Amino acid sequence: MFKKALLAGVAASAMLAGSAMAAGISGDKVVIGVLTDLSGVYADVAGKGSVAAAEMAVADFGGTVAGKPIELISADHQNKADIGANIAREWVDAKGVDMMIDMTNSAVGLAVQGVGAEKGVVTINTGAASVRLTQKECSATGFHWIYDTYALAHVTPPTVIANGGDSWFLLTADYAFGHSLEADATSVITEMGGKVVGSVRHPFPSADLSSFLLQAQSSGAKVIGLANAGQDTINSVKQAAEFGIVAGGQKLVALLAFLSDIHSIGLDLGQGLNVTTGFYWDLDDQTRAFSKKFFDKFGKEPTMVQAAVYSGVLHYLKAVKDSGTDDGKTVAAKMKATPVQDDVIHNGKIGANGSVIHDMYLMEVKKPSESKGEWDLYKVVKTVPGDQAFQDPAKSGCPLVQ
Amino acid sequence: MFELLGIPPQALFGQLLLGLINGSFYALLSLGLAVIFGMLNVINFAHGALYMVGAFVAWFLMQYAGIGYWGALVIAPVAVGLLGIVIEKTMLSRLYKLDHLYGLLLTFGIALILEGSFKHEFGVSGQAYPVPTALAGGTNLGFMFLPFYRGWVVLLSVVVCVATWYAIERTRLGSYLRAATENPRLVQAFGINVPVMITLTYGVGVALAGLAGVMAAPIYSVNPLMGSNLIIVVFAVVVIGGMGSIFGAVVSGYLLGLTEGLTKVFFPEASNIVVFIIMVVVLLLRPAGLFGRER
Repeated sequence: MFKKALLAGVAASAMLAGSAMAAGISGDKVVIGVLTDLSGVYADVAGKGSVAAAEMAVADFGGTVAGKPIELISADHQNKADIGANIAREWVDAKGVDMMIDMTNSAVGLAVQGVGAEKGVVTINTGAASVRLTQKECSATGFHWIYDTYALAHVTPPTVIANGGDSWFLLTADYAFGHSLEADATSVITEMGGKVVGSVRHPFPSADLSSFLLQAQSSGAKVIGLANAGQDTINSVKQAAEFGIVAGGQKLVALLAFLSDIHSIGLDLGQGLNVTTGFYWDLDDQTRAFSKKFFDKFGKEPTMVQAAVYSGVLHYLKAVKDSGTDDGKTVAAKMKATPVQDDVIHNGKIGANGSVIHDMYLMEVKKPSESKGEWDLYKVVKTVPGDQAFQDPAKSGCPLVQ
Repeated sequence: MFELLGIPPQALFGQLLLGLINGSFYALLSLGLAVIFGMLNVINFAHGALYMVGAFVAWFLMQYAGIGYWGALVIAPVAVGLLGIVIEKTMLSRLYKLDHLYGLLLTFGIALILEGSFKHEFGVSGQAYPVPTALAGGTNLGFMFLPFYRGWVVLLSVVVCVATWYAIERTRLGSYLRAATENPRLVQAFGINVPVMITLTYGVGVALAGLAGVMAAPIYSVNPLMGSNLIIVVFAVVVIGGMGSIFGAVVSGYLLGLTEGLTKVFFPEASNIVVFIIMVVVLLLRPAGLFGRER
């Protein structure tokens, strides 16, 4: 009996200690976890570059927040949702992780955002594309930083249609991301008075897309939209050039392509391609300053995902400093109340659903003759204001927006 | 004009031709696998990685030595063959007396190490490799636009496959090889150096993978993952053709390329798995494969 009472007392005091800690900085340090694809198909889009960007943000912030040190850890989610979710749980439970960032891969992103919501830990998606993250499956501690499938569909297609490209054929990667992008793009194209004359869903990943490209070619559509990503997009563009599709007068649009993809395709084959992006190194003095620091550290120009990691970590640390705690819900509320302003995103605001609303850019890949260097790849065709590019949080269906 | 299941014949011919092109790669790779399995009884899981190394050697040559496609077509297979000889001499040759499984595990490990190192060094987005200028462009066949380079791939692959088949089935050296597979001791007793012959066979087998890698470089990007994406399909091709049957590997390589091409028209979502469905059916009906002999 006495033993039991003693145990209860110990437990109660432990709980008290726990709740007392929650008001300040838990574990006397702020731990940031970069959960990314270090070895798979998105390793160049995010990967080690994302870790480097997070390190830069911590260093630029001064290495400490609210008088406590900032610790950075990273892990490889291997593009598997279960592995990602397990790492996230272990991080929060055993390593005291206060914020998780990157998650490049929509399946992993959705799973980890779920873990974050359950544990009250901030999650910032910079690489996953699915707009579901800020729709019905939104969470109070979940953020979606630089782009989503809604924005991809609302930046490039309207301009292409306005310029006469009113009939489309879509080449879609046959999994969640591709389907969601195809659906968003189809609705925009139809809304704008264009027509989707056909589409084909190819297995993910596919090394040889020529067969699907020939189907697109013979459809007679004016525009061929690529609703795929990474290696599939690279191969689609290369093989479209090989089969004379662009030379034959059809326009190719990559609904999602990262800087690293275009760098790999090269300007000879990529020229004239339209790309949507939330960040480009050569936009203005601020982006150039950030990118120069990144390049000196990492040896490549940052992709929009890597740049977003920098912006996300910085914004999170500012919120921790301002609210004096690393309690997930408190910090998340502070983050949403603060405009996003840094060298990557200059005029962002965060909706109640966690979506970061900021300017997006419609780019065109330069001709080899226009390019001044290895990474001089894009020219800006149009800047699309955040309110037009991103979904209105009020219409997202997120239960937090009422 | 007649239509077949709603597909105009022009489109169908186009897709068949594309299937044949992919089949050329299957045939070249499965040929090397079949040679190695037939002669050494080793299931060479490193084949895909060595195909990738072949493509990278071509890229290195262009990037650092200024040697273009035609030079790479000769140098890269030789380099990959030499790498294969080193692997055989230092590791694989110690495992012949053990179960197949050990050779499989060893080569699988080698494949992972090769892929991991290239991934670490060069990332995954791939390196660009241009089509050689002599084969740039293409011609309109009426039913499709055929890039000259793809035509060249089919031609070269047919020539290499026929030459390899001829060398093994119709020449004296080939007969020694086949005899050595049946009864190495007896052949050795006739004064033929069997271990050297086996080493060279492995070298030639993987050189074929290196050659396929060079041929693939201008079509797909040169990428550390390119081999692992392909190798599983190629294994299925070898199983369908009959393990160790060179003729079977080549013929089923082309046939499955064609079948896959057709699937991409009629039911694109299934084009990745159609090869495996065929494999299951073949294994159920003819466990030794289409052209294999029961042992």
